[in-house]
Amino acid sequence: MTTTGTELRRITEGNHGVARLTPAPDAPGTFLGMPKFPKAVKKELELSVQRKNMRNATTTIRNKRALRVSESPDWEDLRDAATAIKNRVARHLDYYLEEAEKNLQANGVHVHWARDGEEANRIVAEIAKAKGVDEVVKIKSITTQETDLNEYLEEENIACWETDLAELIVQLGHDRPSHIVVPAIHRNRAEVREIFLREMKNYGRPAPTDVTSNPPELANAARLHLREKFLRAKMAVSGGNFVCADTGSLVIVESEGNGRMCLTLPETLVSLVGIEKIIPKFDDLEVFLKLLPRSATGERMNPYNSVWSGVTEGNDGPQEQHIIFMDNGRTDVLADKIGREVLRCIRCASCINVCPVYERAGGHAYGSVYPGPIGITLTPQLRGVDDPVDRAMPYACSLCAACNEVCPVKIPFTDIILHLRNRVADAEKAEKISKDPEVAVEKVLMKTAGWIFGDAKRFEAVQLGTRGAGKLLHGKPLGPIPVPVADRWLRYRDVDALPTDTFRSWWKKNREDGK
Amino acid sequence: MTATSVNAKTAANKPGAGMTVGLFITCVNDVMFPQTGQAVVTILERLGCKVEFPRAQTCCGQMTTNTGYYDESIPTVKQYVKAFSGYDYVVAPSGSCTAAVRHQHPMLAQKTGDQGLIRDVDQVATKLFDLPEFLIDVLGVVDVGAYFPHTITYHPSCHGKRLLGLGDRPYELLRNVRGMTMVPLPMEEQCCGFGGTFSIKNPDMSAAMAADKARHVRETGAEYVVGDDNSCLLNIVGVLSRGNSGVKAIHLAEILANTEED
Repeated sequence: MTTTGTELRRITEGNHGVARLTPAPDAPGTFLGMPKFPKAVKKELELSVQRKNMRNATTTIRNKRALRVSESPDWEDLRDAATAIKNRVARHLDYYLEEAEKNLQANGVHVHWARDGEEANRIVAEIAKAKGVDEVVKIKSITTQETDLNEYLEEENIACWETDLAELIVQLGHDRPSHIVVPAIHRNRAEVREIFLREMKNYGRPAPTDVTSNPPELANAARLHLREKFLRAKMAVSGGNFVCADTGSLVIVESEGNGRMCLTLPETLVSLVGIEKIIPKFDDLEVFLKLLPRSATGERMNPYNSVWSGVTEGNDGPQEQHIIFMDNGRTDVLADKIGREVLRCIRCASCINVCPVYERAGGHAYGSVYPGPIGITLTPQLRGVDDPVDRAMPYACSLCAACNEVCPVKIPFTDIILHLRNRVADAEKAEKISKDPEVAVEKVLMKTAGWIFGDAKRFEAVQLGTRGAGKLLHGKPLGPIPVPVADRWLRYRDVDALPTDTFRSWWKKNREDGK
Repeated sequence: MTATSVNAKTAANKPGAGMTVGLFITCVNDVMFPQTGQAVVTILERLGCKVEFPRAQTCCGQMTTNTGYYDESIPTVKQYVKAFSGYDYVVAPSGSCTAAVRHQHPMLAQKTGDQGLIRDVDQVATKLFDLPEFLIDVLGVVDVGAYFPHTITYHPSCHGKRLLGLGDRPYELLRNVRGMTMVPLPMEEQCCGFGGTFSIKNPDMSAAMAADKARHVRETGAEYVVGDDNSCLLNIVGVLSRGNSGVKAIHLAEILANTEED
C-alpha cells in the first residue's frame, strides 16, 4: 500500500464561503432557535429516503437486541443490578468522583473539572495548544457533540477528525449525528458513496474513483482516508463509557478499532466524561459490559473493549492522559427527585431504536444531540425549559412506553416525560400572556377540560351539546373541515357522527327508569 | 362453558353471582361509543354480576394529566373518588383509562399533599379493573359464550399492553369466541399514534404513525380491527375510513357481548 500523504489545508468548497480545516455542518450545533419539534418534524416526515433508511435500520437493531435478550436468562437480574449500582453512584456522587480523581491521579492521569460545555471545550483547546498540535483524532463521543467541541476547536484553528465510520460519514456530509450509537443511521450506502467521492479529496486522501456502494469497499475507502490521520495525529479526544472509581480506569467500548487506534497511537489522550459516568468498582463492569453491547448493537460483546488505568512510560498508549469531568447541567438533573433517574443512562440507545416517533422523525428534528426518549427526558433537564425547542421536547412522545420496557437501567421514561410536561405547563401558566397563540389556546382548553370533568353536572350539560350535534349531523361522518384544533385531527382522519344518545342517557332510559 | 351453558346456569351458579360492579364508562365511551358500554353491561349481567352506573363519574383525567396540567386534573381525581368509593369492583372498557386511575391518580394525590385524598385514592384506585382483567383474574372466565362469525385482527393498545401488562388476556378471550378467525397484526406492538393530545400537538407525526398502523391492518385482510381502547380505534379507523378501506373497528367488549342468539 502506497500513500502519498496529504496535508492539513483550508477548504472553501461546500463550507458556505468560509475557508475551513474541517467540513462545516449545515445545521447549527446548539439547536436552539430552530423550529420546535412539531414544525421541524414536518420536513423530516417528507424525506422518503430517510424514512425508509430509518425504518430498515431501527427494525434490524430492535430485532438483534431482542434476540440477544432472549438468550440471556439473567437479563432482568442484570437490569436490576445495573439500576442499583447506578442509583448508588447518584446517591454518593461526590464521594465516587473524589475517589475516582484520587485514583486517576495516582495512575498519573491529569484530572480536570468543567462546570459547563464552554469550560470543557476551553480545557481541551488549552491542552492542544500546550502540546502544539493543530489537529486531533476523535473517537465517537456524544458528550463532545453536546459541547459542540469540533466547532469550538475549528475556531481555535485546530482540526478535529472524526474516525468512527458513521461519524466520518456525518462529518464529511456536512451533517449532524441523528443517533447516539449509529450517528449516520439516516444515510444509506448509495448516499455514503456520494459523500465519500465528493468530500474525501478535500480533507485528505481521496476515495478511490471506482469505489462502489458495496459496504466493504466503502469501509476500505474510509480506512485508507483515516490511516494517514491516525499516523499523523499527536493528540486524541474521546468520551468515556465508564470510569471505575476504585482503580482509576477509563473504559471505552467500540466496534471498529478506530478507538483502539486513537487510544494507542497519539501521545496525548484527552477524554471528556460526564460526571454520571462513574461506576464504583472495576468489578461492576461485569454487569455493564453484558448489558451495553446487547442493548446497543445486539452484539454479545463489543469487538473492542479498552481499559486505560494511567500511562506506562515507554510502552504502548498515550504518554500523557487527561480526563475532564463535566457537569453541564447534570447536577441540576441530580437535584430533581423524579428526573434524576435519567442519570443512570449508559447511552445504549435501545430506547431510541424502539421509539415509533424517532423511527419516523429521525434525529434532527428534536433540537438536541440526544434524540428519542433519552433526548426528550435528558435535554430539557440539562438546558432547562425556557426555550420553545426545549418546551416542545417532552411532548414529542405518544406515551407508548416501549422505551420503559427495553431500558437496561430501567429508566421510567414515561413518568419522567409526564413530570417534565408538568414542569413545562407550570412554566407556561406562570407566563400570564403567552407569546405562542397555540400555548394560549391550550391553556384555556386545559382549564376548561379540568372544569368540566371536575363535576358530573357540567359534563352532563356538555353531553346535551354533543347529542344535539349528533342529531344535527344525522349520522353524517365528519370529514376535513377547517375548524382550528379539530382540523389537526380531521386533516388526516374521518370521525363517525356523534351518537344521539350518550351511554349515560341510554342507562337512564333502560335501567333507571325501569326500576 | 358455551353461551347456552352460561345462560342456562341458575343465577346462583354464575361466576359473578352476588357481585356488585361499578361501571366506569370513561368519557370517550360515554359520549362517542355508548354501544361499548352497553356491551359491557350485557357481558357482566350475563355472567351474573349486578351492574351499577354511578352518575357522579366523569373521566380519568388523562387529557389534562398527560398534557402536564396536573392542577387541572385534581378535581377530576376527586370526582372519580366520589363516584366509586364504596365499590369492591369497578370495571372499565379501557386499558388506558384503567392505567391512568391506577398509576396517575396516586401520583397526582401525592402532589397535593392532602393526606385524606392520598388515602382515598390509594383505596379506590386499586378496585378498578380493565374488562379483560376482571373477566379472567376476578371472575375466572375465558369463555364468555360469544359468537362472532368474522375475520378480525387485534391491536393491543400500548397502555393495556405495557402499563397494565394485559399480556395474553385479550387474545385468550378472543380465542374462545365461536365462529371467529383471528389474524395476527404485523408490528402489533407499535403505537397507533393516538397518544391523546399528542395527536393534536404533533398532528403530522401522529398521522404518520396512524397511516402505518392502518396499512398493517389492511395487510391482514380482516373485516374488523379490534381493540380494548376506543380512542386508539377511533384513530386507526379514521384513517381506514378516509381511504375507503372497508375495514371497521370494534371494541373487544362488543365482540364478547355478541352471542349466537343475537
